[in-house]
Amino acid sequence: MATQAHLDIRNLTMAYGDAVIQENLNFTVKRGEIFVIMGGSGCGKSTLLRHLIGLMTPYEGQILLDGTDLWQASQEERNQLISRCGVLYQGGALWSSMTLAENLEVPLKEYTTLSNKQISEVISYKLALVGLAGFEDYYPSEISGGMQKRAGLARAIALDPDILFFDEPSAGLDPISSRLLDDLILQLRDSLGATVVIVTHELASIFTVGDNSIFLDPDAKTSIASGAPKELLETSTDPRVRKFLTRTT
Amino acid sequence: MPQPTQDVKYQLDSGNSTAVLSLCGDWCFDAGIPQSEPLFADLSRQQKNSTLQINCEQLGKWDSGLMTFLLALLDTCRQHKIAVDTSQLPVGAQKLLDLATRVPERKGARRAVLGLPVLTRIGNVTIEMHRNWEDLLSFLGETVYAVGNMLRGKARFRTSDLFYQIEGAGPSALAIITLISTLVGLILAFVGAVQLRLFGAQIFIADLVGLGMAREMGAMMTAIIMAGRTGAAYAAQLGTMQVNEEIDALKTMGISPIEFLVLPRLMALCLMMPLLCIYADFMGIFGGAIVSALMLDISFFEYYQQLQSSVALKHFLIGLIKAAIFGVIVATSGCFRGMQCGRSASAVGFAATNAVVTSIVLIVVADAIVTIICQILGY
Repeated sequence: MATQAHLDIRNLTMAYGDAVIQENLNFTVKRGEIFVIMGGSGCGKSTLLRHLIGLMTPYEGQILLDGTDLWQASQEERNQLISRCGVLYQGGALWSSMTLAENLEVPLKEYTTLSNKQISEVISYKLALVGLAGFEDYYPSEISGGMQKRAGLARAIALDPDILFFDEPSAGLDPISSRLLDDLILQLRDSLGATVVIVTHELASIFTVGDNSIFLDPDAKTSIASGAPKELLETSTDPRVRKFLTRTT
Repeated sequence: MPQPTQDVKYQLDSGNSTAVLSLCGDWCFDAGIPQSEPLFADLSRQQKNSTLQINCEQLGKWDSGLMTFLLALLDTCRQHKIAVDTSQLPVGAQKLLDLATRVPERKGARRAVLGLPVLTRIGNVTIEMHRNWEDLLSFLGETVYAVGNMLRGKARFRTSDLFYQIEGAGPSALAIITLISTLVGLILAFVGAVQLRLFGAQIFIADLVGLGMAREMGAMMTAIIMAGRTGAAYAAQLGTMQVNEEIDALKTMGISPIEFLVLPRLMALCLMMPLLCIYADFMGIFGGAIVSALMLDISFFEYYQQLQSSVALKHFLIGLIKAAIFGVIVATSGCFRGMQCGRSASAVGFAATNAVVTSIVLIVVADAIVTIICQILGY
């Protein structure tokens, strides 16, 4: 089970209009691993994430989620596939007109047949998982940035997803909060058995959580290295990768 | 082994000091989670200080359904002082339980359901209204001060911004103004034509449409269109800038947001509204001419002559003055609501709605006041 491919990217080329951002990307994310997409600012990390979760259409190439090509599937199949993914956006992306409980309720109402009592139990449980027990009736604007991020995570895991995507999970968090969030990601992976894909440039997180990774370069317009981050640090000879991983200028 | 049905997913073997709860089958939401109340009722009959062991040998797949059940179970057992042995649970479930119970609920975090007495609510609304007036007055004060600065040539805003706003508030609105005011002219003429024909006084259709458009409808319709089109846009723009902390960025640079953001918008609308109004007047009168020609057989020339004898320059001037006043109203209420905006997406929507409502109410009130003043002065 552990070696099975969960997400398979083949010859992916991404572009805005005709301006190519990254081309010829090939990588496989195995089931249950934590995969890091790294690279400097503006290299197309977030764009790649937007492709993986079906927000953008590839210019060329395929994205296979659980063996199904996202863009060959019908709209309905695609929605079904995407609903098995949990996404944590950079700023949490909580719906500001709803309380935390209502934010979590939306996917639960949409994709499950649970009773209202069960839904409220699940909501309390998920909020407790991210350390926000009792904050059901708060609006996103009433809690701090770190709490918003954790609430976003609670919403991302509301449907017990198979695969979790994180866009810059530590952006805007202090070192301790960001460490706690990394721990939480690890614990959730271990206990839920979910696959995790993280976009980040935070070195501390990359080495703490990453099982495998891909390094995108804005000038080469493709990935210039891949493998476990710790091994890359030891073995990579590419000066661009070394500079990035050792924080030298 | 019998297929586990929804009813027999657990079995409770009570003992004196130790009870064993055996879970079997799939505990997923898809497979259905059994009712927990009967089990909890059984548990409440257990001796205090006894132990509950959870046996998971026959447990199949599980998801959050099992976890919510376990959390409720732990809660019940705590109430009845029963110790729970969770060591037999799947490792993942143990970790999740640990995670979910690690951070205790913060005291006072949970909110009481809001059920304020009516009087308290009325009080709150009144205080809110009072604050609103304070905000409005200080906003108006700052705006007047900024205009004063501008007249002395000291206001800091970008001229390119002013031209950009002028373009947005003027030429871009021409298409919709053309459509609406021509139709308003048509409607006025149409309604009037039916009545005037009864008296054989068709020719006075020109007076009706000409005076109606020049004095009232031209300015009024333009103002209402601009409130919906530009006033709402101002509120949404400034509101979003408030959300993105862009307005704070201006303040910390020592630049007055009133001068930098509100002045160009205010100026743009003040300059453009009279021009749009004059344009709307002519389009409306043109609409009236079409109806007159088609329904009443009044030629364009006759219509024009009648118009000249009845509508004087002062009628247009009254309309223009109104338009300028309406321009100030639309710009200030749009900008005021935008500056007042809270820091969330829903607050921006609220600000835009409020801007339009405030503008339209104030436009009608101002129109009434100006009309009465004109009446008294005999214009």
